[in-house]
Amino acid sequence: MRPKRSREPFFWAMFSGGGMLAALFLPALVLVLWFAPPSYPELVGKVDHSLVKLALFGLIMLSLFHWGHRFRYTLYDGLQLSHLYGLIATICYGGATALTFLAGYLLWTFP
Amino acid sequence: MVQVGVAAVGQTVNRINPKYQLYHPKWYRKDYPIFWWLEKFAYGKFIVREMTSLAVGYTAVLLMFQLWVLSRGQETYQRFLGFLESTPVMIFHGVVLAFLLFHSVTWFNLAPKALVLRLGRWRVPNALVLSGHYAAWLAATALVIWLVAR
Repeated sequence: MRPKRSREPFFWAMFSGGGMLAALFLPALVLVLWFAPPSYPELVGKVDHSLVKLALFGLIMLSLFHWGHRFRYTLYDGLQLSHLYGLIATICYGGATALTFLAGYLLWTFP
Repeated sequence: MVQVGVAAVGQTVNRINPKYQLYHPKWYRKDYPIFWWLEKFAYGKFIVREMTSLAVGYTAVLLMFQLWVLSRGQETYQRFLGFLESTPVMIFHGVVLAFLLFHSVTWFNLAPKALVLRLGRWRVPNALVLSGHYAAWLAATALVIWLVAR
């Protein structure tokens, strides 16, 4: 059923990296982009830079996988849903993967 | 395993004692109520900490939405600003920010336990690992504010 070589360390590393980037950057980004948002031309000009796009992609991807991994265990333990092992893992990691591709597309075609 | 065992020996055994099972792997587990984490403050704190992942996921998704809105043009962005300024959204984003801050604080506070740094024979003390993370947080926040608001 489960693969011989566990994929757990990989997802844990993504969780860990995402947790660190989210802890460092997300509160500031929420403050600056949602509570005191800049004007349209300012913000477009600032995002339209390959380094900024790359940083945003890394941040968004790892944050999504941080959510996927941690929320998966919240459902297992918090709501006692460990009997839905495969389904929950598929939804969490599959959702994070799909949204990562979407983020890549949005940033690649920006603006 | 179960099926093989029962198929091989099960029939005769079952007639003597219907409840007997040759091989029945079942862990000993106490039944916990689904709201077990309301029993103690520390449990509740743990669940709130785990729930911060929802705020992290929401923030990532709304940032993506903001990118899409930006690529649609100025008019769409103005409507998005209207959405951000409405009172219920403001309140909700206040809650999201509180969860994000809780994530940051709990994450950095765990760092000395997760990260044991050694320089030669000298172990970097926990307080230094901790303050290093908070300094990095300050620097990251300053960087974001400088990049966006300059």
